[in-house]
Amino acid sequence: MAKQFMKGNDAIIVGALAAGCRAYYGYPITPASEIAHAAALHFPALGGVFIQAESEVSAINMVYGTAGMGIRTMTASSSPGFSLKQEGLSYCAGAELPCVVVNIDRGGPGLGNIAPEQADYFQVTKGGGHGNYRLIALAPNGAQEMCDLTMKAFDLADKYRNPACIMADGITGQMMEVVEIPEAKPLAVDHSSWCVAGTPETSGHLVSSIFLESTDLEEHNLKLDRKYKEVMANEVMFEEYRTADADLVVVAYGVVSRIVYSSIDAAREEGMKIGLLRPITLWPFPSAPIAAHAARGASFLAVELSTGQMVEDVQLAVAGKTPVHFYGRCGGMVPKGQELLAEYRKIMEGGN
Amino acid sequence: MKVFEKSPSFYQVFERKSGPAKEATHYCPGCGHGNAHKMIAEALEDLELTSKTVFISPVGCSVFAYYYFDCGNIQAAHGRAPAVATGVKRANPDSIVISYQGDGDLAAIGTAETIHAANRGENITVFFVNNAIYGMTGGQMAPTTMIGQRSATTPLGRVAGVHGNPIRMCEMLATLPAPTYIERVCIGDSKQIMKARKAVRKALQIQAEGKGYSFVEIVSPCPTGWKMDPVTARDWMTEEMLKVFPLGVYRDESGNREEGDWHRHYEGFDPAKVNPYLDRLKTSMTESEPVALKQDLNCKFAGFGGQGILTLGLFLSQIGMRAGQQVSWFPAYGPEMRGGTANCSVNLSSRRIGSPLVDEPNVLVVMNQPSLDAFEDSVVDGGTIIIDTTIVEGKPDGKRLNAVMIPATEIADQVGTPKIANVVVLGALAAATDAFTPEFCMETLRSVIKKKSLIEMNMEAFRKGYDFVKNS
Repeated sequence: MAKQFMKGNDAIIVGALAAGCRAYYGYPITPASEIAHAAALHFPALGGVFIQAESEVSAINMVYGTAGMGIRTMTASSSPGFSLKQEGLSYCAGAELPCVVVNIDRGGPGLGNIAPEQADYFQVTKGGGHGNYRLIALAPNGAQEMCDLTMKAFDLADKYRNPACIMADGITGQMMEVVEIPEAKPLAVDHSSWCVAGTPETSGHLVSSIFLESTDLEEHNLKLDRKYKEVMANEVMFEEYRTADADLVVVAYGVVSRIVYSSIDAAREEGMKIGLLRPITLWPFPSAPIAAHAARGASFLAVELSTGQMVEDVQLAVAGKTPVHFYGRCGGMVPKGQELLAEYRKIMEGGN
Repeated sequence: MKVFEKSPSFYQVFERKSGPAKEATHYCPGCGHGNAHKMIAEALEDLELTSKTVFISPVGCSVFAYYYFDCGNIQAAHGRAPAVATGVKRANPDSIVISYQGDGDLAAIGTAETIHAANRGENITVFFVNNAIYGMTGGQMAPTTMIGQRSATTPLGRVAGVHGNPIRMCEMLATLPAPTYIERVCIGDSKQIMKARKAVRKALQIQAEGKGYSFVEIVSPCPTGWKMDPVTARDWMTEEMLKVFPLGVYRDESGNREEGDWHRHYEGFDPAKVNPYLDRLKTSMTESEPVALKQDLNCKFAGFGGQGILTLGLFLSQIGMRAGQQVSWFPAYGPEMRGGTANCSVNLSSRRIGSPLVDEPNVLVVMNQPSLDAFEDSVVDGGTIIIDTTIVEGKPDGKRLNAVMIPATEIADQVGTPKIANVVVLGALAAATDAFTPEFCMETLRSVIKKKSLIEMNMEAFRKGYDFVKNS
């Protein structure tokens, strides 16, 4: 069999290996540590690099160095560690370095706890560090996607010369599922025109995010902005289930999308016309399909492991045309199917 | 004479520099950076290293080093240059990597990066320009600012009990075993400059020979930051600073380290190895025809840590996987699990699995009393509850549930060890649900149990659990 039963966190490293990632830098943190464990086992076995860095800050800056050489590289962490990486991510985006960063979202704010949450949505999708930039953010909801979307993240990072982020909750990291092991293909990317590889061919190149003159920095920002608009136009990914005739479209990602998925058929059996729209890319956000459902009169319910973050993007897409409801649990509490059904009933009886 | 020419490692015209003066540097008169740059450029040229050099510039006055050095340049975040240098050097061990930093960058905001790159013995060269002040940001206190020295943030002078003492990096780093070469030099009189030039060259030579980490601290004047004219500044530096920062070699292991020693750890990445390696990550399980499921199994397994609860879930998952079903396994995770209770959720279904969490199981395995109390009520009507009666004293509601009472730990003990009570339970589960034949389960276990010497004992445990239920 070309498969293995594995944790989502392990599947990320399988995807990274298949994507040609050659260097991993990380710092231990629950519930993301298995990613570093797998990297420590697999990367050196292939002659690749694994370093347990002295800090999250150092890890992302080691990524900055390797990415500057045009080599596929990554780091992974969980919420408090991901916060520490924001400076480095801003530099990577500013210097247009392709790299992949994984955030296995846990409970916050502060030290919070190690249970699953989705409260890093703002940080991941709105540019958590300083300056005008975005991360391309992918939200897997199972082990196979942890693998496949990691591969996709490397491709997108290279295509747009921008950091790409895997945003997953602690459950998706810790759960095991059957994963089809992918095949590594030769890399088609060519970064030789800009990278600083320590070779005569790349001598004279510069990797930098500094633009001293205001006119130059504005130009640079506008260039990045054009790139981000291109990403928004081309790279939106989402999935829908029974939304075509839905009076209420539930918007959820990650593990929550699976809990919602389980509740849709039960809701339909009760006569409630409900469907699921699941963003796979959190940025760029699938605003267009949401706007289309709003245009035909559907209402919305955002369900998140937070006190309400993604719901703001749903509201922006709906633009006041129809009601947007919110249901969230946090701190590691996860909604049960019955809980969601009760929420659907409440909304449907409310006449929306 | 060569010393009066610009080194070919410098750009002849500084095109990256803004403004009209493209042949002069941006440094102030009397600043030490110009001398330090020149020494490095000359050494790179003489050692023929320029074309494979990656120069990491810091945040500080030397942030614009890339205006001048005609090599590969990477500009790093404040204090992070040694981490960036690590990422560069490890990815291309044949490159020459220079981390050029000032005192604030290296010894304040980047202290951790400095110490740990040195402690790993990274085969990089760190040039540390110590001028006892923050220059670029306007003359604030540096970690190396002298006691009594006035700065924008110590307007009355640095006081040890308030602001701390000047940090001596060479002395600190020399406590680590990994660095190969550590020396402090200064931009002072011509003799001192000659020594500095030699140290710079030696540090780069060590890196080029693959002998490991080299660190050269260059004590330098900053007339602007110190509010002195260049001559007074140079005198103050040699008279006052050198009392706190004595010149000299703090470590020289270059004679004891073999050429290429550092490189032996880094064979380089081989893309041809990836697919054969990925093949090895695939399951060792034998192929099987798909086996249909009569109904979805939504299982919760619960007990103490150490009873093999999670492994029980894994075994059932792998049986489901071999049967061609959709499978998910989710453990309650984290520190609360260490030595405490353990539970996991397992779903087997012919359809796409929604939530991996099992809130309403149709199969519950209970291997300690607290788990019976916690989870019995969550089982759906008519669901199966399997209880290890060796450990659990309580009884479930036999009318509502299909209760399977089995002394699993006792049976396992008879087979050989109480540790395989989980496999006895797996046999009982197979019998109680009739989901899979015992042969199918046992064949699967055979192919996934790693320790071959334990296979027969597990087979017996499974069979006894299965027969116990079928015969009762």
